[in-house]
Amino acid sequence: MSKFGFWLQRVTQVLIVLLLVTFGASLLLRLIPVDLATILIPNGSESEREILRTEIGLNKGPIGYYLQWLGNFVHGDLGKIYFSGGTETVSGHLAKAMPRSLLLMAYTQVLALSVAIPLGVISAYRAGRRTDRIISNVLFVMSSIPGFAIALILIIVVGVKLAWLPTLGYATYSEGIWEHFKHMLMPVLSLSFGLIATYTRLLRADMIASLREDYVTMAMSKGLSDRRILWKHVFRPSSITLFTSAALSMGGLIGGAIVIESIFATYGVGFEIFVAIAGRQYISLQSCVAVIALFYVFFNLIVDIGSGFVDPRTRDRRVNV
Amino acid sequence: MNSLLSIKDLNVSFDTPRGMLEAVRNVDIEIAAGMSVGIVGESGSGKTVLSRAAMGLLQGSNVHRTGTVVFDGHELTAMTRPEVRSHFGTGMAMIFQDPMTALNPVRRIGAQISESLIFRLGMSKKDALKRSLELLQLVRIPDAKSMLRKFPYQLSGGMRQRVMIAIAISCNPKLLFADEPTTALDVTVQAQILQLLRELREDLGMAMVLVTHDLGVVAGNTDYVAVMYAGQVVEFSPTTKLFADMRMPYTEALLESIPKIDHPAGKRLLAIAGRLPDPTDRGSGCSFAPRCRYSQAKCLEESPTLKTDPDGHLYRCLFPIGEAL
Repeated sequence: MSKFGFWLQRVTQVLIVLLLVTFGASLLLRLIPVDLATILIPNGSESEREILRTEIGLNKGPIGYYLQWLGNFVHGDLGKIYFSGGTETVSGHLAKAMPRSLLLMAYTQVLALSVAIPLGVISAYRAGRRTDRIISNVLFVMSSIPGFAIALILIIVVGVKLAWLPTLGYATYSEGIWEHFKHMLMPVLSLSFGLIATYTRLLRADMIASLREDYVTMAMSKGLSDRRILWKHVFRPSSITLFTSAALSMGGLIGGAIVIESIFATYGVGFEIFVAIAGRQYISLQSCVAVIALFYVFFNLIVDIGSGFVDPRTRDRRVNV
Repeated sequence: MNSLLSIKDLNVSFDTPRGMLEAVRNVDIEIAAGMSVGIVGESGSGKTVLSRAAMGLLQGSNVHRTGTVVFDGHELTAMTRPEVRSHFGTGMAMIFQDPMTALNPVRRIGAQISESLIFRLGMSKKDALKRSLELLQLVRIPDAKSMLRKFPYQLSGGMRQRVMIAIAISCNPKLLFADEPTTALDVTVQAQILQLLRELREDLGMAMVLVTHDLGVVAGNTDYVAVMYAGQVVEFSPTTKLFADMRMPYTEALLESIPKIDHPAGKRLLAIAGRLPDPTDRGSGCSFAPRCRYSQAKCLEESPTLKTDPDGHLYRCLFPIGEAL
C-alpha cells in the first residue's frame, strides 16, 4: 500500500472514531429525561430558558443538536458554564486545566517508565533469582495500594509531618520551576505507583519471552556483552506491549485522574469533569469528553506510528514471519 | 594431532522437574585447525547441546557442565564468561538452524553484521558498513548494497542464512559451528549453502563443526564424522571410512533409514524401531540395545566403552558390525 493511502486510511479511521464518540456523548445528554434548560439554569426565567434552548440547539432533534454542537466545537466554542451566570466558557476553563493535566500526565509517564524500564530489564535478566523476587514482591505491594491511599499517606507524611512539600494547589512555570515541581511531585508519585508495577511486569514478561529466542543466542555467539544484548537486542522487540500500554494509559491519565486531581486540588481536566458532573453542567461535560477523546485518539495514532519504528514488521502489511 | 578444539569428558545435564536430564555424556572430540567434523544423530541425541556447550553458550542455573574444553590453547571451561566471550566471533562463531528466528527481527541487516566488526574488531561505523557490504558480496547476496538497509522479514530463508553466515565469518573465526545450517531450507537452497560453506572454508582456512541429522550432508562436506546417540559419541571416524566400513549398528540403521530415490512406491520406508531412551533415566547397558537388531543379552547389562580400531576408528559397541560373534 502506498504511504499516502496508508495515511488516508488512518486519518479516516480517526475521524470516524471521533464522530462516533462525540455523537454518543451528545446522545447521552439528550437521553436525560428532564428538561436540560431547567437543569442548566435552574434559577432562570422561562424566557431565558427559551433563549438557551435556541442558543445551543435543544429545540432541535438529537441529530440537529449534535450538528450544531459539532459546528460550534470545530470553531472552538465548547459551550458555557451556566451556573456562573453564563460568563465563563468551557474552552476558557479547559485552556487553564488542559496544560496542567498534560504536564501531570507527562511527568507521571516519564517517572513511571524511567523506573519501570530498568526494573523490568533487570528482573527479566535475573528471572527467578533473588533480585527478581525482591522486585516483584515490592511491585506487588505497590500495585495493591490504590492511588488515592498513596496520595493521602504522602500528604500526611511528606506534606504535614515533614512539611517538605505543599499539599494543595498548583504552581505554573512562571511562579518558579522549583515551586512548580514541588506542587507536582506528590500527585505524580500517587499516579505513577500503580503504573510502575504494571509496566515492569509487562516488560519483564516480554523480555523473558524474547530472551529465549534464537537471535539472543546468536547475539551471544557474536561475543557481545550482556548489557548490549539486553538493551540492543532484547529490549526493543520486547517493548511494544509496554509502549502500547503506556500510550493507552495516557488517555486515562488526562481525564481519569479525577480523584488525584481533586485530592491535591490541581484543577486539571479530571477536576473540571468532576465539577461539571457535580454542578450538572452537561454541556461542559460533553465537551470535556470530546476533548479527552481527541487526545486519546491522538496518542493512539502516535503509538501506531511509533510501533513501526520499534518493530519494523508492523510497518508492512505483507508480513510473513 | 595439533588440535584447535579439544573436548575432554564433556558432560552436560539440565535440572528439569522430572529429574536430571543428561543431554551429553562423556564426549571426547579433537578438532584440528582447518578440519571439518560432522556431528550426526537423530533429534534429541544431544548434538546441538554438545556444540553449544562446547562454545559455552548454554546458560542458566539449571545447566550443569563438567569436563574440559580447550580452544586454541585456552581452557574455556576454566574461564569467566567475559574471557570466553573474547574468543567469540574472532575465534569461534556459530550459525544457527533456523534463519527465520536467529536474526533479530527489529534490526537492519547492516547493523547486525557491522555490530560484530565494531564491537569485536573495533572498526569505525563507516568501515564496518563497508566491510559488511563486502561480506554480503562474499556470501553471494545479489544487490548487497540495498540489503544493508533491509530487515530480516524482508528476506527469503536462503538469503537470511547467507546473512547469518556473513555475520559468523565477519571476524575471521578459526572455527565455525554450523548447527543444522540447511535443515530449514529448500533442497536446492541447501545445496547452494553447503557449497558456499565449503568454498568459504577453503578460502579462509576455517575449521568447521557441522551438526546435522542428515548423513547425506555429512558425506560431501566433512573430513571426520562423530555419530551421536543418547548424548554419547557412538562412532567416530574419517568420513570416507565411516561409509565404507561402519562398525556401529546405530550408524547402519541411520543410513538405512534415508529414503532412496528408487524406493518402490507403496513400500514402507525403513525407520529405526522404538525411540530414544528417556534422557532423565539412563539405565544400565547400551543405550541403543532396545532398538538394535544385533542386540544380545549382554548388551542390556553392560555399558559398552569406546573401542578403537588400529586405524583410529572409534565405536561404542560390544558386538560391532564386521566382527565375528
